[in-house]
Amino acid sequence: MLRLLSLAVFLATWWIAALFAGAEKLPPPPAVLAAIGAEAKSGALFINLGVTLARVALAFTLAMTLGTAIGYLMGRVRLANRLGDPWLILLLNLPALVVIVLAYIWAGLTEVAAIAAIAINKLPTAIVTVREGTRALDASLDEMARVFAIPPWKAFRQVILPQLAPYIAAAARSGLSLVWKIVLVAELLGRSNGVGFEIGVAFQLFDISRLLAYSLTFVAVVLAIEIALVQPFETRLSRWRPRAA
Amino acid sequence: MRLEVNIARKAFTNAAGERHDVLVDFNCSLGAGEVGVFVGPSGCGKSTLLKILVGLDRDYTGRVARPPDARIGMVFQEPRLLPWRSVEENVRLAAPQADDTKLSLLFAVLELNAHRNHFPGELSLGLARRVALARAFAVEPDLLILDEPLASLDDSLADRLRDEIATLVDSRSVTTLLVTHNVDDAIRLGDRIFLLSPRPARILAELPIRTPRSARGPAEIAAIRADIERVINGDRAGEDDT
Repeated sequence: MLRLLSLAVFLATWWIAALFAGAEKLPPPPAVLAAIGAEAKSGALFINLGVTLARVALAFTLAMTLGTAIGYLMGRVRLANRLGDPWLILLLNLPALVVIVLAYIWAGLTEVAAIAAIAINKLPTAIVTVREGTRALDASLDEMARVFAIPPWKAFRQVILPQLAPYIAAAARSGLSLVWKIVLVAELLGRSNGVGFEIGVAFQLFDISRLLAYSLTFVAVVLAIEIALVQPFETRLSRWRPRAA
Repeated sequence: MRLEVNIARKAFTNAAGERHDVLVDFNCSLGAGEVGVFVGPSGCGKSTLLKILVGLDRDYTGRVARPPDARIGMVFQEPRLLPWRSVEENVRLAAPQADDTKLSLLFAVLELNAHRNHFPGELSLGLARRVALARAFAVEPDLLILDEPLASLDDSLADRLRDEIATLVDSRSVTTLLVTHNVDDAIRLGDRIFLLSPRPARILAELPIRTPRSARGPAEIAAIRADIERVINGDRAGEDDT
């Protein structure tokens, strides 16, 4: 209920601001809705959203898998941490734009380059978070697993992974928001479809209705995924924790 | 199974780089099905000794002889349960081969039936200790290790849990090692009591108790207690009568 009210206040503010700023600078909600309708009717909206979502899914999965594996290794093996740490610091501080431009130069304006660039941007934060989680593992539970001779794979799944789960969830949460931001830049710079490309076109044509149409539908999709997928997953992972008051 | 322990030396290097001996010339043996009790002052190296016996610590000189495939059930000082698994899942994780009837019996003896689906975070310390006991017994161990299983419980609860342990140990006749600093627990549960010196730990005396656990009356317990106190005090006077 409160959320709906908050949404209504947002729409009202937008509408009033549009009246003052003029329709060419800030089109009112009905104009943007019409633009969304037009793009949806032609099918372009769904194709572009779909393409962007596919890139997000691929890059996110790639970065999370690699990041978790490398982070776990660096948390467990001192040598791996020493070797990997300088690379990690380099990657952490490398601007997203540099990675994207270099990827397009070296690998061409291809899908592989785009997805790799997005994944590389997300990778280091995933590694750092999972590494912290690995360092915080409870040694006494490890001892328990060894004394009771629990097979290594089973111990990893039942003893180690649940301890890492909050860290992996945190990495996924912060990583997903990073990927949402970077995917549009990567599309703007080097792809010929996707939400980022369409926003670039709208920017060049100064078509603000279309720009807002794509931005808002994209935000709506992100919100829907957060509410429908990420939050229930987090709740499930932490169901054994006593509830906060 | 039979347990033979000959540890020549176990030392730790502390943060300042100094070496400290924890165990020196530590020899003891325990027959199959016997309950051995280590009684010693806190900090004397009992936990280190247990880590060596179960194979968690291999950095020592000497030898521990036990069958290499011996199944070990252990109750740690803290319950060490997985907080994200229910009571029953915790037990089954350690004992995947345990069948339902045996598990039900075990839960009944330890009065855990009402808590099978609870998470460890919802249990009191006494209950969590019982779950840890259930887990150790469920694996049907060849060697059972109990590291201060009754510490920090109130007296009446400790009494009940001690009786439950005695019942379980008698019903399986498993080689058992109990570590405690409570002389009473040692006398009521043990078949053979090892009195340990302060650090570096060695065995001051070995006292076998021949009367079965259930038949030990107050008079006999008092006599054994007097024996133990004599050894401990005798050592303080600088003698070693073993």
